[in-house]
Amino acid sequence: MIKSLKKFSIFLASVALLVGLQSEAFAAKKSRTLSKTIKQDYVKCGVSQGLPGFSNADAAGNWTGVDVDVCRAVAAAVLGDSGKVKFSPLTAKERFTALSSGEVDILSRNTTWTLSRDADLNLTFVGVNFYDGQGFMVRKSSGITSTNGFKNGISVCTNTGTTTELNMRDFFNSKKISYEPVAFEKADEVVQAYDAGRCDTYTTDKSGLAAQRTKMKNPDEHIVLPETISKEPLGPAVRHGDQVWEDIVRWSLFAMIEAEEYGITSANADSLKTSENPQIKRLVGSEGELGTLLGLGNDWSLNIIKQVGNYGESYKRNIADTGILPDRGPNNLWTKGGLLYVAPAR
Amino acid sequence: MNFNTLRKSIPQIITIILFVSVIAYFWSNTYSNMEYYGMEFGYDFLKKAASFDIQFSLIEYDGSSPYYRAYFVGLLNTILVSVLGIFFATLIGLIIGISRLSKNYLVSKLAEVYIELFRNIPLLLQLFFWYFAVLRALPLPENAINFGDAIYVTIKGIYVPKFLWSNFNYFISSFIAAIIAGFIVFSYAKKQRENFGKHIPAFFISLGILVVFASSGFIFGLVDLEFEYPEIYNLSETVFNFRGGVTIIPELLSLLFALSLYTSTFIAENVRAGILGVGKGQKEAASSLGFTPGLTLRLVVLPQALRIIIPPTTNQYLNLTKNSSLAAAIAYPDLVLVFAGTALNQTGRAIEIITITMATYLTLSILISIFMNWYNRRIAIKEK
Repeated sequence: MIKSLKKFSIFLASVALLVGLQSEAFAAKKSRTLSKTIKQDYVKCGVSQGLPGFSNADAAGNWTGVDVDVCRAVAAAVLGDSGKVKFSPLTAKERFTALSSGEVDILSRNTTWTLSRDADLNLTFVGVNFYDGQGFMVRKSSGITSTNGFKNGISVCTNTGTTTELNMRDFFNSKKISYEPVAFEKADEVVQAYDAGRCDTYTTDKSGLAAQRTKMKNPDEHIVLPETISKEPLGPAVRHGDQVWEDIVRWSLFAMIEAEEYGITSANADSLKTSENPQIKRLVGSEGELGTLLGLGNDWSLNIIKQVGNYGESYKRNIADTGILPDRGPNNLWTKGGLLYVAPAR
Repeated sequence: MNFNTLRKSIPQIITIILFVSVIAYFWSNTYSNMEYYGMEFGYDFLKKAASFDIQFSLIEYDGSSPYYRAYFVGLLNTILVSVLGIFFATLIGLIIGISRLSKNYLVSKLAEVYIELFRNIPLLLQLFFWYFAVLRALPLPENAINFGDAIYVTIKGIYVPKFLWSNFNYFISSFIAAIIAGFIVFSYAKKQRENFGKHIPAFFISLGILVVFASSGFIFGLVDLEFEYPEIYNLSETVFNFRGGVTIIPELLSLLFALSLYTSTFIAENVRAGILGVGKGQKEAASSLGFTPGLTLRLVVLPQALRIIIPPTTNQYLNLTKNSSLAAAIAYPDLVLVFAGTALNQTGRAIEIITITMATYLTLSILISIFMNWYNRRIAIKEK
């Protein structure tokens, strides 16, 4: 009797241990990136080397821009403080290796979402935070007013290793015009070469053209040609293999966009906790358990909206008020005629 | 095997084991990391279409060519700038090195200033200087610096006439035949000089043969040479470009300037060391035989100095070849910019591409040193 009691208690103990271990394992969301981020207490964010409006550091080293705001949103959601981000300026050449090797955990660097990048480069795009297209910039004095005015032998300045190089080739091939590509690694070198007259035209995403024009000697001397030669959906990317982290980054971005859709701003977020609209209540965290599903606290979206603002606030602050692109164009809510239509946070 | 041999070989065995385990550790670490991040390894991507164009290429290339063709374009561009750089660096280095030893105070001081200036400023800064300060300051095509309506110097490049041969094969074969004839003349003259003491002006004879052979094509109307001159045209109402002729892009030119001038300083110092290393007695003996200083230098001092000059100069050639990779800083499409830059970024295959690039530079360097070592052995004084 004692022998079987002993056996039974051992059996009970092992069952309890197993169940305990399993619940321990199932309780925390398994994500190496998430646990690493919480442990080091900052988010590692890969950004550009200085593109006004998207990711740019001022003289004191403070980073601002819509891409910067995506990383700040993730920091607010995961760590509760949008300031806990470490920014790594990356060239177009090193950005993908930096992400896949773990040097950064989010690549928020106005990167175009393409099939080959999604499938071949071992990363996942979590969404689009800026709908753009590639264009050309020329000097007003050249007298060229459209890409139909391009002739054989035109020299084109661009960044090396980007979709710009590929699209440029497709464009000139289709028009059967021979061109001279002058490709630099750093965006500043490209701008300087074009500004000095080494190239007849400068090509990159139209938002980049608008932003870089502010850095030129005489911004008014240059015009962006009306034609858009490609789709450039720019968005943040994460590594393959960590779905939990992927969800967190994706829904941080979506939360910002949906907050604008429901009129939640950094100013009125707290007061809307008692709103009549259940979706608003979910977005400010006074209803539902969305945070737990993501592996975060339930104030994840409230922190984002209060500390970073909704998408419209971020756009206005970084791109519209700075004079880069005052008109939101396709980067407006679907209810206002734009392309921003994200899945509902519920 | 007795105890002593065993004792001596134990450190060797331990070193081998340590070495192998370090390599094995790095290998397995890389492998497990790549698996963790889901990265693939393989060289199939080289056959895929590159989809990007290259500004300057010595062979046929466009965006639909595969990546391995882009690799060859980059490689040829690297070889081009390295060969030209080695040639000019040697030429300038020789002149400056000899000038440094001149009795003329002004000449030797100028050479000294040149050496100190171009040797002590970092190569990258010199490159930036040539590209951004000098060649960027050149005028736009409409105000091009004009040399006889044939050569134009602009910010977009230097345009020179293109040689249009109508029967290039004949010309080239006559040229090669002349060179072979020249070798025969030289070895015949050498035998005559060594065995009978007779002096035959081999140099002038071979020069004459070259002129006769080369112009035979033109005289008999088999070869025709025309020039395609660069001409200016309107890209738009106010923007001009040149077409026709041959374009030398400013990127290539500034890289060539920077590499040649920088490396020539080291070669100049090597030349000076070599010449000073030849015994004073040699110069005195030569002048007592009635040699002018010029002849002494050419026939007595330099051949002996070469043995001292060549090994460190080999080093400089290797340095120049590797330094050509700085092309990435100024948009010259060399191997690093095209392959380890654009191709790496588009395909994401960092490990494969970097290993190929490193292996390529290693091979280039080894080839250069093999050739220089062969030449060094050939001109070494044979003990009789």
